Amino acid sequence: MALAPESAGSGKGLVGWIDQRFPLTKMWKEQVSEYYAPKNFNFWYYFGVLSLVVLANQLITGIFLTMSYKPSSAEAFASIEYIMRDVEWGWLIRYMHSTGASAFFIVIYLHMFRALLYGSARKPRELIWIFGCLIFLLLMAEAFMGYVLPWGNMSYWGAQVIVSLFSSIPVIGGSLVEWIRGDYYIADATLNRFFALHVAALPLALVFLVIAHLMALHEVGSNNPDGIEIKKHKGPDGHPLDGIPFHPYYTVKDLVGVAGFLLLFFGVIFFAPTFGGLFLEAPNFEPANPLQTPPHIAPVWYFTPFYAMLRAVPSFAGTQVWGVMVMGAAVFVLFLVPWLDRSPVKSIRYKGPIYKIMLGIFVASFIALAICGLKPPSGIYPNLAKVCTVLYFAFFVFMPIYTKMEKTKPVPERVTSHE
Amino acid sequence: MSDEVDHSRRRLLTAATVGTGAIGVAFAAVPFLASWKPSARAKALGAPVEVDASKLESGQMMKVVWRGQAVFIVRRAKTVIDQLGGHDDMLADPKSDDSEQPAYIKSSGAARARNPEFWVGLAVCTHLGCSPLGAFEPNNSFQVAGADLGANWPGGFYCPCHGSKYDISGRVFKSMPAPKNLTVPPYAIGANTRIAIGVDDAPKAVS
Amino acid sequence: MNKLWILLAVGLFSGGIAAADEGGVELQHSGADISNVDSLQRGARNFMNYCSGCHSLTYLRYNRMGTDLHIPETELVKNLMFTTDKVFDGVNIAMSKTDSENWFGKQPPDLSLMARERGVDYIYSFLKGFYVDHARIWGVNNLYLPNVAMPDVLASLQGLQKPVFKPDSSARMVLVDVESMSPGAMKPEEYDQFVRDIANFLDYAGEPVKAKRQSMGVFITLFLLVFFVFAYLLKKEYWKDVH
Repeated sequence: MALAPESAGSGKGLVGWIDQRFPLTKMWKEQVSEYYAPKNFNFWYYFGVLSLVVLANQLITGIFLTMSYKPSSAEAFASIEYIMRDVEWGWLIRYMHSTGASAFFIVIYLHMFRALLYGSARKPRELIWIFGCLIFLLLMAEAFMGYVLPWGNMSYWGAQVIVSLFSSIPVIGGSLVEWIRGDYYIADATLNRFFALHVAALPLALVFLVIAHLMALHEVGSNNPDGIEIKKHKGPDGHPLDGIPFHPYYTVKDLVGVAGFLLLFFGVIFFAPTFGGLFLEAPNFEPANPLQTPPHIAPVWYFTPFYAMLRAVPSFAGTQVWGVMVMGAAVFVLFLVPWLDRSPVKSIRYKGPIYKIMLGIFVASFIALAICGLKPPSGIYPNLAKVCTVLYFAFFVFMPIYTKMEKTKPVPERVTSHE
Repeated sequence: MSDEVDHSRRRLLTAATVGTGAIGVAFAAVPFLASWKPSARAKALGAPVEVDASKLESGQMMKVVWRGQAVFIVRRAKTVIDQLGGHDDMLADPKSDDSEQPAYIKSSGAARARNPEFWVGLAVCTHLGCSPLGAFEPNNSFQVAGADLGANWPGGFYCPCHGSKYDISGRVFKSMPAPKNLTVPPYAIGANTRIAIGVDDAPKAVS
Repeated sequence: MNKLWILLAVGLFSGGIAAADEGGVELQHSGADISNVDSLQRGARNFMNYCSGCHSLTYLRYNRMGTDLHIPETELVKNLMFTTDKVFDGVNIAMSKTDSENWFGKQPPDLSLMARERGVDYIYSFLKGFYVDHARIWGVNNLYLPNVAMPDVLASLQGLQKPVFKPDSSARMVLVDVESMSPGAMKPEEYDQFVRDIANFLDYAGEPVKAKRQSMGVFITLFLLVFFVFAYLLKKEYWKDVH
């Protein structure tokens, strides 16, 4: 079906009929075929569309899993094996969902990294970033609850540890934890409510936030690797000189990105779905056992940086709440990025050496924290985690200072290409 | 700035990409659609049910469950079997042309059974699915669920929900709410009157 | 771009770290090959005859095992089924829960997912790791699972083993290995193959679809490569317009 009509309402046929009643062609033009995006998008710009692809994957595979999964502590574990063995193709749907969860975080972390590279969080895009941080926060809750659902031994004990964190909150901690659990311990009630939140409430909230995120983006227009505003230089037709219509140029380019992603994604699914115990953890192949903790509790890899920070902060004045606060601060500090970066330039290409070094240290310490979080707290890891926690926060805390004081390079008027 | 746009190449490449993509989407759809088919557990639970009918006495009936439905097994006396051809004019579908049964049941005529001594059929009224009652005594002012079946009653089944009557081969009488004869499932009779409901061939004897 | 390769390398490296065994005696390498159907058939036979008295495989249906291992149903029923289970049931044990707790102190674990939880090499090593220990209730202990509650079921085949102690860095004697004390009915290589087959079979039982998934993966990868090439050529063609 060709999208022929020139302007809304004037088109013939079915599309014209719809256009008189619904802004179909108008939306197609505004958001896609006449949405002008900078022509110098590079590799880092794939991760937005890949996030959408993974979101769609989680929604679809999730719905189909819900058709066979039983959200009760008595039946959940067996229902996963039922899906893996008895339901036709159930194993593939399950692996797509579990691999998708890890893929989501890989893609999101790289997507956020892009923003730190090119200043995509800066004015006038602060709200896009805020929505994005909210999506990240909800995604972490969604992933945590999803991991509890198989009711394996790591599901159970992971839930036990993380929910117990809230008991460190003074005064209300104990009651709060009982309220979250719905019982005196991690029980069937907990599982059932996590199921409701994971399947219905959070996906709905996430989808709304993603729509808001994209609306905010389209309101302002995309940033680019040079960090300059393409709308400053428009042609006689009113379109940015350095812009190209999203369709067909970026639809066609993103298709390549999606194809490459799918190669890796299905490569993992068909050849290494547990990914060495990182995507599907070995202790979770044993049913939940309240009497026996796994020898080594660790959250799934995408939470381990924050888990490492939690463990790095010692107990003080008889309470562990400081570690919880530091872990929370590590996520909340992200919301402040648009106002922390005081550099006259947006993109790392034109920033001074300090920002580059600080960003490199930030990435290295984030990865090091992830490794620390995977390991038991012995040997060099506890001290490494302490150092890296400080370095992680240093990137943000000192950003107003070092971004203002460093010498930047002159920014070009028109975009450049490094292809 | 740009050379001549090679439209035919663009059309070809677009077709190739979209075509491959469409095939990919079709491949991807298969697992999701197929996952709705009965699972191995459904097949296990829906597996054939074996019944030892030798303990049934003449004129007695038992009910077993197969695939979530009740199945009658009635042991019929010779006198009853002999009378089976005698009331075709009272029946709506005496030759079971419009009813559901395996071919080997239809071809067995009025007996509607692989072994006329044992009648096997679904205990599901073809009207709205109620479970009929057994009323095997012929010519009886038999009171079943408060209904008088009348002096001409040749023995059979009576559905208390809306009054449908069937003979003892499950064939529905004329002018009943029920449209068809009682359905006969596939079944086989093995050694020692072991009836396997849900298969056409008797399972091999296991030592 | 360089940053990306570093990230990838670190990610894969740490995946390796995370997966490595921690502490305890190093496991022996099983050499089990899940694509070897003969091995899986022998493993099924070994398991059903020596293990299924106590260990269930509730998530593995007999008929699934028959299909995947190319065992016809008549053979399956005659040689591999010893309980009242039907061919579409899972592999259940005849021993009741109370009996097993009375006799062994705890129920022997279901082994459907043991290979996914502890790995093939663990199962292989475990079955080779029993040694004589008169302090224990059954007179045996296990190098890989200290104070195991299980008797040495395969002792007649493997023979008996004794523990080997060596001093550690603080000169304490620690258990490091086991060695043969008296021979069994099988030669060492025979016994190794016997338990390799069991480990292989349990690997299969943990994920019956594994072999099929891997072969399917080859086809999917090739298909996606074709799609990738078309998409790339299409992109290059349209992007001639730009710059």
